[in-house]
Amino acid sequence: MTNAKTKQVHEPLIHITKRDDCSFAKSAIVHLIGVVIALVFSSLLIIAVTGQNPISLFKSMFEGVFGTPIANSGINKKYVESLHIVAILLCISLAVTPSFKMKFWNIGAEGQVLMGCLVSAYCMIEFGGEMNNTLLLIVMVVASVIMGAIWAIIPAICKAYWNTNETLFTLMMNYVAMTLVSYFIMVKDKSGRSDLGIINERTGYGYLPDLFERNYIFNILIVAFVTILMFIYLKYSKQGYEISVVGESQNTARYIGVNVKKVIIRTVAISGAICGLVGFMIIAGDKHSIKDSIVGGQGFTAIMVSWMAGFNPIVMIPVSMLIVFLSVGSKFATSAFKLDNSIGDILTAIVIFSIIACEFFIRYKVNFRKSAKGDK
Amino acid sequence: MKKLLAMLLCLCMVFVFAACGDNSTTDTDKDDAKVLSIDDVEITVADKIDAVKKEDLKVGFIFLHDQNSTYDKNFIDAANAACEALGIKDDQVIMKTGIPEGEECYTTAKELVNAGCQVIFADSFGHEPYMIKAAKEFPKVQFCHATGVRGKTECLGNYHTAFAEIYKGRYLAGIAAGMKLNEMINKGDFKAEEAKMGYVGAFPYAEVISGYTSFYLGAKSVCPTVTMEVQYTQSWFDIEKENTAAKALIANGCKLISQHADSSGAPSACEDAKVPNVAYNVDTSNIGPNTAIISSKISWVPYMTMMIKAMLDGTTIPADYCATLEEDAVLLTALTKNAAEGTQKAIDDAKAKLIDGSLKVFDTKTFTVGGKELTTYLADVVDMGDFVPDTEAIVDGRFIESEKRSAPYFNVIIDGITVPQS
Repeated sequence: MTNAKTKQVHEPLIHITKRDDCSFAKSAIVHLIGVVIALVFSSLLIIAVTGQNPISLFKSMFEGVFGTPIANSGINKKYVESLHIVAILLCISLAVTPSFKMKFWNIGAEGQVLMGCLVSAYCMIEFGGEMNNTLLLIVMVVASVIMGAIWAIIPAICKAYWNTNETLFTLMMNYVAMTLVSYFIMVKDKSGRSDLGIINERTGYGYLPDLFERNYIFNILIVAFVTILMFIYLKYSKQGYEISVVGESQNTARYIGVNVKKVIIRTVAISGAICGLVGFMIIAGDKHSIKDSIVGGQGFTAIMVSWMAGFNPIVMIPVSMLIVFLSVGSKFATSAFKLDNSIGDILTAIVIFSIIACEFFIRYKVNFRKSAKGDK
Repeated sequence: MKKLLAMLLCLCMVFVFAACGDNSTTDTDKDDAKVLSIDDVEITVADKIDAVKKEDLKVGFIFLHDQNSTYDKNFIDAANAACEALGIKDDQVIMKTGIPEGEECYTTAKELVNAGCQVIFADSFGHEPYMIKAAKEFPKVQFCHATGVRGKTECLGNYHTAFAEIYKGRYLAGIAAGMKLNEMINKGDFKAEEAKMGYVGAFPYAEVISGYTSFYLGAKSVCPTVTMEVQYTQSWFDIEKENTAAKALIANGCKLISQHADSSGAPSACEDAKVPNVAYNVDTSNIGPNTAIISSKISWVPYMTMMIKAMLDGTTIPADYCATLEEDAVLLTALTKNAAEGTQKAIDDAKAKLIDGSLKVFDTKTFTVGGKELTTYLADVVDMGDFVPDTEAIVDGRFIESEKRSAPYFNVIIDGITVPQS
């Protein structure tokens, strides 16, 4: 390759061609190599910047995610908590997937989830104690799902009828949602510090019950159910097929008699509805509180999960697990080693970056100059 | 079907936006229950602690952010200082930084118990319910919480809250501000009746209101014509908003600025506009070399020292503790060259009087509310999550701030201070 005499052949040293197929084994090996390179690179960085032993740091990450049994009860609940974080991220990823598959760039998941949270919190405050708790939970689910769908439908209708830019529109809807939440808190708050604290802390109205003496199990089960449904919907249903066709080419879709407007609005409404459901789960099953940053950017992380998984709901499970492992683990480890939190973010970025880079090698083939090889 | 759906959606919209308007209806229904003052409710009795050998002691700390936040740095520095002074080694101290005010706080507390900590301290207001949850689960472990409001009434022997008499520090800083205004009036910069201060507050919350009122009363004690305008940023830390608020106050004719918000936003706005600034929690003399005068702050070293000593000696940690000026839990930074002449002496005199009790910050003769002296006021001291005022706070001609509970509960807007209309 280093031979400069072969200049007469006008062929670049490296050229890239699209790969049509890549076996599962091959793709797994590429990813494995990617992760190993990332780990080596981040280990070097840890040694260079902090002088800590990277192995013990990684060990600490595992401990942070999977936990150790709690002293007096012998029960370890940490992994359930980690699994719950995975479930929430996974569910938002599932929510954005149909829109993305249709090439509707919905980056408004953050706001749609937040609107679900807002409506759930509203119901908890207003109807807590005034109706049966089961009925209250049902009202909360229904209201959140509808609200999430509304928040998504508004840009969808504008896109379908007037071809507005959905990326900007959905992004702006996030800010509207945040402002509405701030306003709601300001109106409802009586302490003056713009913080509702824990809603119904003493009564527990509108809280999802514990299952098997654990909290979060309810949410995890809901997400498992949604994952299976979404997989079937996208892969085997007629509507799932319509989504793919509209995504590939709107003209083709029109040609085969698909009502494109209807498909866009319906699909985006489904996205928004699932986001609203996540909002309900966050309020009723986890935080029992509301603030404008309660979704914490997961609406955006979910987009990455959805893409990295190639829009496949089942693949999204390991991908969201990886991302949660990195963020939870690195936060725990940096705290345990008294390092700045940003080191954790850097490590996470290195690993994610190398995995995304792997995609390149799976989709494209790198060809070296044949004549250079021929020379030897 | 479509029509039905559309109707449902419309209803849902109406129902959500109705949420924003009807806050008046629900408030009145719940007043039936008898409101008990703090003197009538059951008070927590703190547990007697089994003494722990010094080498066996493990202390856990939960901090909202890391040392990049001035609020948390104050706690982290105090924790290090207290542990060092008592000979607690580094490997006996576990610090968890960046713990949000949510379930994570409870999880982290459990992790600390798991790691063998016998006492756990958390630093942010919103950690409170989660610390209580953990305290209920681990009755043998002591849980201490700064700025909390429920230690005294929660009746959990191993849950303790603490605050400091920071209003006294604010009052002393206010004296420095008043002296500076006097100096500017005497120099002929503006007339006495134009002496107006600006205050950048975080939220219209008791802790903030108590802080700026005591600051104002301190200034008024030396400069009787002073008035004050307050602006809220609705955030505890926002450089941009604090900076903008300070600039707006200066444009409104404020001759001196102070703040209760943690960023450098207001001090740097003052330096740009050459307006004197009195700070809080941090020494700002490097940000405002020509404008910074003094800064008041809470030192958590005395409380943390007491907490660790109680563990070692096997005594008790008070259920609710207000750290005092005399034990140096309330500190003032050194006066800078920008302060007016004689300020140090005025502060020292007032401090001595505050300590011996001859001077009271919230003496009702020194201020009026709606043109009248305040003779009775019900404050919300017992925190039941209802925000119903329950306890008479005017006793012997003064507002008894931080005496019934460590966390501030003075939330009256007095004459001379203008706040934004809400």
